Amino acid sequence: MGPAAAARAEGERLLAAFAAAGALRVEAPVLLPAAALIDLWGEDIRGRAYVTRDPLAGEMVLRPDFTVPVVEAHMAAGAEPARYCYLGEVFRAQERPSERPREYLQAGFELFDRTDPAAADAEVFALFAGLLDGLGLTAVTGDIGILAAAVRGLTTTPARKAALLRHIWRPRRFRRLLDRFAGRSPAPPERVALIARLSGSDPASLAAAAGPLVGLRGGAEIARRIAALVEDAAAPPIAAPEAALLYDLLGLAAPAGAALAHLRGITPLMPAIGPAVDRFAARLAALAARGIDPAALPFEASHGRSTLEYYDGFVFSLHAADPALPPVASGGRYDALTAVLGRGRSIPAVGGVIRPALVAALREGRA
Amino acid sequence: MTLGLGVPSKGRLMEQTFDWFAARGVTLRRSGQTREYAGAVDGAEGVRLVLMSAGEIPRELAAGRIHLGVTGSDLVQESLADWQAEVAALAALGFGHADLVIAVPAAWLDVETLDDLDAAAAAFRAAHGHRLRIATKYHRLVREFLRAHDVADYQLVDSQGATEGTVKNATAEAIADIASTGATLRANHLRPLADGLVHASEATLFASRRADWSAPAAAAFADLSARLGLQRLAPPGLGG
Repeated sequence: MGPAAAARAEGERLLAAFAAAGALRVEAPVLLPAAALIDLWGEDIRGRAYVTRDPLAGEMVLRPDFTVPVVEAHMAAGAEPARYCYLGEVFRAQERPSERPREYLQAGFELFDRTDPAAADAEVFALFAGLLDGLGLTAVTGDIGILAAAVRGLTTTPARKAALLRHIWRPRRFRRLLDRFAGRSPAPPERVALIARLSGSDPASLAAAAGPLVGLRGGAEIARRIAALVEDAAAPPIAAPEAALLYDLLGLAAPAGAALAHLRGITPLMPAIGPAVDRFAARLAALAARGIDPAALPFEASHGRSTLEYYDGFVFSLHAADPALPPVASGGRYDALTAVLGRGRSIPAVGGVIRPALVAALREGRA
Repeated sequence: MTLGLGVPSKGRLMEQTFDWFAARGVTLRRSGQTREYAGAVDGAEGVRLVLMSAGEIPRELAAGRIHLGVTGSDLVQESLADWQAEVAALAALGFGHADLVIAVPAAWLDVETLDDLDAAAAAFRAAHGHRLRIATKYHRLVREFLRAHDVADYQLVDSQGATEGTVKNATAEAIADIASTGATLRANHLRPLADGLVHASEATLFASRRADWSAPAAAAFADLSARLGLQRLAPPGLGG
């Protein structure tokens, strides 16, 4: 059997296991309208996906991922709770020379359930870990929800918290913002000069001197942001011990059991993370009930911040020994995405994907 | 095989390229009718002059159909996904300077840096229900620049000309375009961001890594390199 047939056979084996776990097999189109995906992921999708043009329908994308069409289908017509699985090609453009395939099979499982998130997280992870047992993979887990709770609990302005929350998925900018808000790095000189100009005269006359306003962004929007800048310049820095706790949390990497003990230890100092830590504890208990030992499960508080952009709670990935290979499997919780795609409705959701070609190659000793 | 040298087929870029080579003892000239894109080289052996659009030179270099080419560094970096694997920059020629900059309405008092643009884009998206649009024809360069600086909540819209007018026409909120002097930006009530220089372009002599660099082309290259005073005498093949 050639590699493509082996990947297909492995994918069907995974799908049969997903179906046995109660999932309904669904299909999704290969050509998707670009607008929703670009709105969700931004301009980067044009670099990472194949964007093409339909003479009538406009911009279309070759399916980079199944999550969005599956969530949209569920939000339109699904019953609750629901388990879905799928198998099909996804397409990823490579902007640099790379061994990574541009077209590969993805086998996925998604679980929509509002009753018990910890049990749902554990069900997905245990299912994936069980199916990939024996391949010598290493797991990494994380929890974006703990980071978000820590940011929401900071003693600082709502605008600063919103800026940090928005950039949780961009670690470099998050760090720059946190350094500035904590007084570790100075405000940029342009900002200092602007605040000085604003204190010397009123924004309206400064705006009039700058020139006529062109474009859709209106004077009221400019005035609102100027007010926010003035407020920010007057806001005190985040207190050093509080900032130190957040820096410490960002770097936390330990077996999940030990990470929980550490988080319990710092919760009295950061009470805002309490509920998220309780959810973490409930997840570890649910995983233990399924035979996953928290003492042996790696946890990194920052895992999933740079690659898995829409995950907002539990995140996981399973890796082969060769660091040049992409993750064999990855997934996580994406409650906020269902709210974005549900137009007012939402449902807690968790899921993941496996690369059957990589699984087949590992089984045959080819990777 | 003779050494193929691609040069812009018209305008200031062509004249300045001819001047640059002439100052080093190599005469490039058009042959035949002035409307005919044929050329000749005097003062260097085994070199074939190919006159073509500056915008096509990157693609021809990447395909290996010409060995050397003069064009703007912006065009090479925009049109070739992994340009350093395809071509080698041999010499910056000291003309054709053009800065690709991100510019916003001058009345945006609150937006002077990329950090400001990012924050304004977030608020704009919340207020208007769509991403802040940046009009450009340099999609790759601008997207990679904004990604490297972690700017979010924007989207690029294609503009192949009169880009400075897109803001006034409300088809974009900001632009990324070549601003040689800044006069066109000012006339359209736009101002570049303090840290919004995406690329400082300059006419550059590039060599293809994909071309056939076997003996005749390599010999012609060594001869031409010596005449032009280039550092590199060995042909820049793959991996070189």
